[in-house]
Amino acid sequence: MTHQYPSLSPEQKKELATIAQRIVAPGKGILAADESTGTMAKRLQKINVENTEENRRYFRDLLFSVDPSISDNIGGIIFFHETLYQKSDKGIPFPKLVKDKGIVVGIKVDKGTAGLNGTDGETTTQGLDGLSERCAQYKKDGCDFAKWRCVLKISDGCPSALAIAENANVLARYASICQQNGLVPIVEPEILPDGDHDLLRCQYVTEKVLAATYKALSDHHVYLEGTLLKPNMVTAGHSCPKKYTPEEVGMATVTALRRTVPAAVPGICFLSGGQSEEEASLNLNAMNQTPLHRPWKLSFSYGRALQASALAAWKGKPENRKASQDAFCTRAKINSLASKGEYKPTGQADKAATQSLFTASYVY
Amino acid sequence: MPHAYPFLTPEQKKELSDNALKIVAPGKGILAADESTGSVAKRFQSINAENTEENRRFYRQLLFTADDRIKPCIGGVIFFHETLYQKTDDGKLFPQLIKERGMVVGIKVDKGVVPLAGTNGETTTQGLDGLYERCAQYKKDGADFAKWRCVLKITPTTPSSLAIKENANVLARYASICQMHGIVPIVEPEILPDGDHDLKRCQYVTEKVLAAVYKALSEHHVYLEGTLLKPNMVTAGHSCSHKYSPQEIAMATVTALRRTVPPAVPGITFLSGGQSEEEASVNLNAMNMCPLHRPWALTFSYGRALQASALKAWGGKKENAKACQEEFVKRALANSAASIGKYASAGDKGAAAGESLFVANHAY
Repeated sequence: MTHQYPSLSPEQKKELATIAQRIVAPGKGILAADESTGTMAKRLQKINVENTEENRRYFRDLLFSVDPSISDNIGGIIFFHETLYQKSDKGIPFPKLVKDKGIVVGIKVDKGTAGLNGTDGETTTQGLDGLSERCAQYKKDGCDFAKWRCVLKISDGCPSALAIAENANVLARYASICQQNGLVPIVEPEILPDGDHDLLRCQYVTEKVLAATYKALSDHHVYLEGTLLKPNMVTAGHSCPKKYTPEEVGMATVTALRRTVPAAVPGICFLSGGQSEEEASLNLNAMNQTPLHRPWKLSFSYGRALQASALAAWKGKPENRKASQDAFCTRAKINSLASKGEYKPTGQADKAATQSLFTASYVY
Repeated sequence: MPHAYPFLTPEQKKELSDNALKIVAPGKGILAADESTGSVAKRFQSINAENTEENRRFYRQLLFTADDRIKPCIGGVIFFHETLYQKTDDGKLFPQLIKERGMVVGIKVDKGVVPLAGTNGETTTQGLDGLYERCAQYKKDGADFAKWRCVLKITPTTPSSLAIKENANVLARYASICQMHGIVPIVEPEILPDGDHDLKRCQYVTEKVLAAVYKALSEHHVYLEGTLLKPNMVTAGHSCSHKYSPQEIAMATVTALRRTVPPAVPGITFLSGGQSEEEASVNLNAMNMCPLHRPWALTFSYGRALQASALKAWGGKKENAKACQEEFVKRALANSAASIGKYASAGDKGAAAGESLFVANHAY
């Protein structure tokens, strides 16, 4: 406790800090393309496409093969394990295709949630077994960052002290192991938007959860300058009768982050949760216009909020490839502007963009 | 746990936050004039002055009536209980004088350290009994902020996890009680400079202590925007054979703070510990020139480092009053400049020379 047994050399620290800063360089954010096979089934079903390995490969290829200028807006892409070993139409391994565009390759390493006995349906996340060896291999295979998602929910009795402490601890273990293997850990303590609670309640819970997260990271000697945070925005629950503006969401979120996230953390990349593409962009923009001092970058790590229109445009048909790619690039550019507080919506957004992407109790 | 039971109204929060910002306004810091009767005895003994109530009153009056040059330098003054009820020669209560001169009145409220049984000479701090009522009275009597000092030490076996947790908890209880009465709590977890440990060890311990402090403040629902932190600078132990430059001290200190102190905290007012007046100013200046981003004000809360020369010049003799005040004004001006990184000490070779002495922060 009182002595330090340095876990990282200065060179290792420098590498981690540099990677993290590259991912959240000004105007850049993350494309979360790490949907598991099961989750892809839901996405593809919605556009009547069969969930085959080839279709999954084809769609990711579509996204990764856009014009290299995409790297102005995308600093990192999170992969699912299967995708890391797939190739483009021209036979180029996806990690290489992405890296050659100057984008950092990331990998989802958790193995899903597991129930916590004696709680009201709360969970922790598994995946620590053999994680060090897996991380070493992922590093060899081209990855420089990783992602691990924990899930909490708000209800009358939740989140419980156990859920908060257990999830914070497992996130810290994961982060510690990643850094030993040269991977920047993205720490994701997602508080689901399910419920009818108001904005203040979400803010309160978010502050408690993040305080516990950073205490755990400290206890586990994690090098904060070599991490990123992927939190929920502070919003009211989906069934809350009161509606809040992006400015209110921005203020509540930035306040919560200022009270809990140390300045040493280089960047905060929000998850989009159930927000529509446009909502996610407007809210991110509001964050970056909030009149409170923000010492970390506030950017995006979006899955659905970057891909919904692209998926809807593709519909599984090769002739729609360009239209789908254009839709993706459009959202990427918009979120890039939002990450600098410079997004000026024209007042028109297409159908897919405004359609709420909320799915009750979202599970990857 | 998952519900907020707000106990501070928006108006109360605003008052606390406004006062905290007033104390650490650009160029301003704190005069710690809260030496207990026993501490004053030691100071006066070194200048052969008798430790009478009148001498204590006379000396504090010298400081409080220094000319207007101190107004842009001093944001707040910490009082000892006795001093709060003493008057100027003209019969004006000291708190009233300080307030009229635009400075915020503070009061030391702890009742000293007590040992923690079963530890290697470690302590906690007492003073919580009846603190609620005492704070209400102090607020009526003009105090708008308070100070409570906890003490930790570095040896091969300390600080122990008990000492860290207990002191963090008692600081959080104190802070919580203060805020209920509109008093801004200055949180002081001092890690003594005694020992032969190096800079790295002090940095490590400081990070662990501060992480525990802010977790405790979160658990006790303390409103961070209405608090100030009074930590030690990160330095090597007094008997450490290796000597470190102000730039190394600054880099280690600012790194430790960036990893632990949430941006919501408006200001960090360093204690001077055993540093000389010049050392304390030079180090504070280096903090404010450190190339790492600092989201809080970094200023001073100095006792000896503001008063040593003044005391000596006074020597207990009325005729030395002007000379005494002149010394105090000199140090106030120096530290004011240091708090914005504009202090040019006698041995200064200019800004460029200083900058190159900062080692890349990845080594910290």
